Amino acid sequence: MSSLNLTSTHAGALEAAAEVEGRSLWQDAWRRLRSNRAAYVSMIILAIVALACVALPYALPWAYDAIDWDHVEAMPPNFELGHYLGTDSVGRDLLARTLVGGRISLMVGVLATLVALLIGVTVGAVAGYLGGRVDQLLMRFVDLLYSVPLTFFVIILMVMFGRNFILMFLAIGAVEWLTMARIVRGQTLSLKNKEFIEAARASGGSTFSIIARHIVPNVLGVVIVYVTLTIPQVILLESFLSFLGLGVQEPLTSWGVLLNEGAAELEANPRTLIVPAVFMTVTLFCFNFIGDGLRDALDPKDR
Amino acid sequence: MSEPLLDVRDLKVHYPVRTGGFLHGAYTPLKALDGVSFDLKAGETLGIVGESGCGKSTLGRAVLQLLPATSGAVAWLGRNLTELDTKGLKAAREHMQIVFQDPLASLDPRMTAGDIIAEPLRNFRGSLSNTEIKAKVKDMMARVGLHPAMVNRYPHEFSGGQCQRIGIARAMILGPKLVVCDEPVSALDVSIRAQVVNLLMELQRAMNLTMIFISHDLSIVRHISHRVMVLYLGKTMEIASRDALYAAPRHPYTQALLAAVPVPDPVKARARAKIVLTGELPSPLNPPSGCVFRTRCPRATSLCAEVEPPREGPDAGHDVWCHHWRAPTLAP
Ligand code: SF4
Repeated sequence: MSSLNLTSTHAGALEAAAEVEGRSLWQDAWRRLRSNRAAYVSMIILAIVALACVALPYALPWAYDAIDWDHVEAMPPNFELGHYLGTDSVGRDLLARTLVGGRISLMVGVLATLVALLIGVTVGAVAGYLGGRVDQLLMRFVDLLYSVPLTFFVIILMVMFGRNFILMFLAIGAVEWLTMARIVRGQTLSLKNKEFIEAARASGGSTFSIIARHIVPNVLGVVIVYVTLTIPQVILLESFLSFLGLGVQEPLTSWGVLLNEGAAELEANPRTLIVPAVFMTVTLFCFNFIGDGLRDALDPKDR
Repeated sequence: MSEPLLDVRDLKVHYPVRTGGFLHGAYTPLKALDGVSFDLKAGETLGIVGESGCGKSTLGRAVLQLLPATSGAVAWLGRNLTELDTKGLKAAREHMQIVFQDPLASLDPRMTAGDIIAEPLRNFRGSLSNTEIKAKVKDMMARVGLHPAMVNRYPHEFSGGQCQRIGIARAMILGPKLVVCDEPVSALDVSIRAQVVNLLMELQRAMNLTMIFISHDLSIVRHISHRVMVLYLGKTMEIASRDALYAAPRHPYTQALLAAVPVPDPVKARARAKIVLTGELPSPLNPPSGCVFRTRCPRATSLCAEVEPPREGPDAGHDVWCHHWRAPTLAP
């Protein structure tokens, strides 16, 4: 009893003391990520590419869909006319087109991944945490969708509803969430038996609040790594669809469309293929390096 | 005294375990807990001892309804918890808490100490403002011997003992009536075990808590408990007041457990008749017939293999499940 009094008076004296800031696991991971040179440089390059895609087209002398009627042919870089990387076969500025194409590709990549993230995490966490019949039902549904060939599925959607930009990332997202759901479910299963989940139940937490407050934040580490690996996958998928002629519509463009056009001109004008290819490759590499860096940074060895 | 706060009657927890072949799956019940009864009064501490795998933790969790009971009743102030719906159970949880064995694993690594301790408040006292919650949390932290300035720290920044204090603060913040302590100190450093046990005893006295203290360490149980129950393979072997159990254990298993406790005085230790536990703990999937302890019992007779021992005992409040409990005591 005496020590009880002691601790409370002790506490009174300490009340005034400033609160010590804690270092969360996220902050730890961020520090480790920054000390990973490849990942750090990749983040900077990616930021530059993304910023350029969003902002630079406004600053260029030529709009992406404007045809230079004086030179309706592929022209090598010409600084006087403002075609810094030349033009494509119908005289449109290649740099402007690549940047705008990048805008579309990145947007599809990010948005489709967000769709996948939202559906996948919800389904995975709910199935894993509730278990039993709900789990069976949801996971059999996932298995069913898995067995439908992905491209076939997207193509059917495209043919049924016509070429539609929003539909494209919905369709891609709707396919990509399957793996996400499986990953999250697996993580949830291993988390579910941890004592802190039991503690949360003993503290009177409802199923929903336990999933939202304890399960989701703890699977997010793995999910984020997967997200950085899904974005390039989606970009590639979009390119593939564009290559098949199912992507965005002219005059709007994407990296996939540009690659398609460039490939047709490969012999006459390799430049029209190389420029978008370089942009896309650099971006994909960056995403992969960041993903690797994140995986190392979030490695659960410190737990 | 008054009505018992908690009355556990014939509590059973069985898990179906697949034992048959791949296709013709036969299920055998794994009897983690098989017919345990006891009651508890306000302010009383019941120690539960036994080897690992005897159903101690299962008992604690089944009492709190963290595990579904197969049969039996857990009456809390006269209401049977096993029959409550989700809402009724949530209301009952306000008064029942648990302290876990692994201090770090029982804390969400992504939450600060303050958020962890505040969680029961947020679940049950939704009307409190953030400032009020913070004040209560800091108050509780001081009471369990944590620096209140540490509210914003994360579990991995604390030592094992400090983590366990966070776990205790979370269990105590609502002012519960019943707290189950599931091996709360066995994962801790020996040097800080006593501190944590003393903290639990202080809180118990100050808050008039009813406590179920689960441990395999008989010395700690003796220190903290008023009554002690001995479990073996999911069944009760003996239950008695602390003094009766430690001074005059009647069940051969209790005697063997006590004989294994190291005694500081070597002369006394040598003089003491030893019952040594030999053999392995039998599989709970296939428990021995009659008395479950008979495969390792030095006193076992043919009667033990045939008939399950009834509940008997030397006096009220001291019950033994053994045919031969009247035989002279072997240990101290
Ligand atoms: S009933 Fe028989 S086997 Fe069981 S503890 Fe008593 S003497 Fe031993």
